[in-house]
Amino acid sequence: MSAFAATFRRDLAAMWAGGGVVAPLGYFLGATMMVPLAMGPDRLLLAAAGPPLVWIAAALAVLATLERLFQADLEDGSLDQMLLSPAPLEALVLAKGAALWCAVGLPLALAGAPAAIALQAPLALIPAIVLSLALGTAAFVGVGLVGAAVTASVKRGGVLIALIVLPFFAPPIIFGAAVAAGQEVAAALAILAGCALGAIAIGPIAAAAALRLQAE
Amino acid sequence: MLSYLANPARFMAFSSWAAPLFLAAAIVTLAIGFPWALFASPADYQQGETVRIMYVHVPAAWWSMGIFAFMGGASFVSLVWRHALADVAARGAAPIGATFAALCLITGSIWGAPTWGTWWEWDGRMTSMLVLFVIYLGYIALWSAIEDEDKAARLAAILCLVGLINLPIIKFSVDWWSTLHQPASIMRSGGSSIHPTMLGPLLTMAGGYLLLFAALLLMNMRASVFRRQVEAARLKGIGG
Repeated sequence: MSAFAATFRRDLAAMWAGGGVVAPLGYFLGATMMVPLAMGPDRLLLAAAGPPLVWIAAALAVLATLERLFQADLEDGSLDQMLLSPAPLEALVLAKGAALWCAVGLPLALAGAPAAIALQAPLALIPAIVLSLALGTAAFVGVGLVGAAVTASVKRGGVLIALIVLPFFAPPIIFGAAVAAGQEVAAALAILAGCALGAIAIGPIAAAAALRLQAE
Repeated sequence: MLSYLANPARFMAFSSWAAPLFLAAAIVTLAIGFPWALFASPADYQQGETVRIMYVHVPAAWWSMGIFAFMGGASFVSLVWRHALADVAARGAAPIGATFAALCLITGSIWGAPTWGTWWEWDGRMTSMLVLFVIYLGYIALWSAIEDEDKAARLAAILCLVGLINLPIIKFSVDWWSTLHQPASIMRSGGSSIHPTMLGPLLTMAGGYLLLFAALLLMNMRASVFRRQVEAARLKGIGG
């Protein structure tokens, strides 16, 4: 089995066993629930302004998973093993990102359907919203890898990660929210795919460079 | 020039006279620019006297972006050649750039109240500047969160370069977003060319800001170098 597949399976298994799949989902639904509580249950108001707010819930749910992404590897020596491995560190970081997306991003995208329906999104728009969340969470993960890697040695770095990563979440949120609002859906989906590909291309390289420094 | 100054001893010798010189030049330029902009330049035919806030606002916007590009260059040098002075330069520039960004946001808000009728408009440029300000804050927070200075320098350099790559993407998306949400844009982008009588004081102010940045940067860098020397001397004292 290649180092990429092994890392992917290890991380996925660890997240599955450690509640890393259910907790972000619960967080996402809880944050979505806050929207009508804060905005009021008026159906027309929710229909006009509610659906894009699933993006705030999704961004926060992904953000919450980033703090421990590399910290555990740094503490228990897994990172040193990854550095010793003949496989390039960039590939292993990409495998960890892929595992995070499968464990968190994909379930969030699927949970986006009931969440958007509850926020009065039109049913015809739901498939596009699910697809946009799948793409957008991939972009979040790609950027999040960098934020998690540069802060891996910082104790209780959760707030710091949020401060570093949130500005870079702006493009996916903008285009994701456009999809949820039903504005320029096809164009926004295409640009979201571009955001995801760009983040996946740059994220692992920058994150691996940071992790090499962390292991020194 | 740059490789000559890359030697810390030569840099300290150069900056010992360059920092006060730049500061004096900045004070002189701003002393010319402020009265020119605030009193001697014409009032706008539509905005009246409120247009004068432009002379404070626009140079701050220019240089807050220019300083981030400078930090990107310094970060690149730091990562490729592992040069300590490049780290010190990037670190020293960040609070100045953040201050310029904050100044731009605050004056923009004050300018918006009489002209747009609101203290805050989610206009594309204001939003981009707010994002840039938050990126500055994250960069500064990362520096101060990591104790090992060499490690902090190189991690911050990675973050800065990623930020530099992302800034055009963020700018593009925010522009797309603000045009989508505001079909009737308040500010025409590049619509009206500025009158020469206003360009003079504006460029003078911009020059003054740049000189001020150079002076403050050199002072910040000198303070960092001195701090390292004190720490090194203290460690030596403990050892001996």
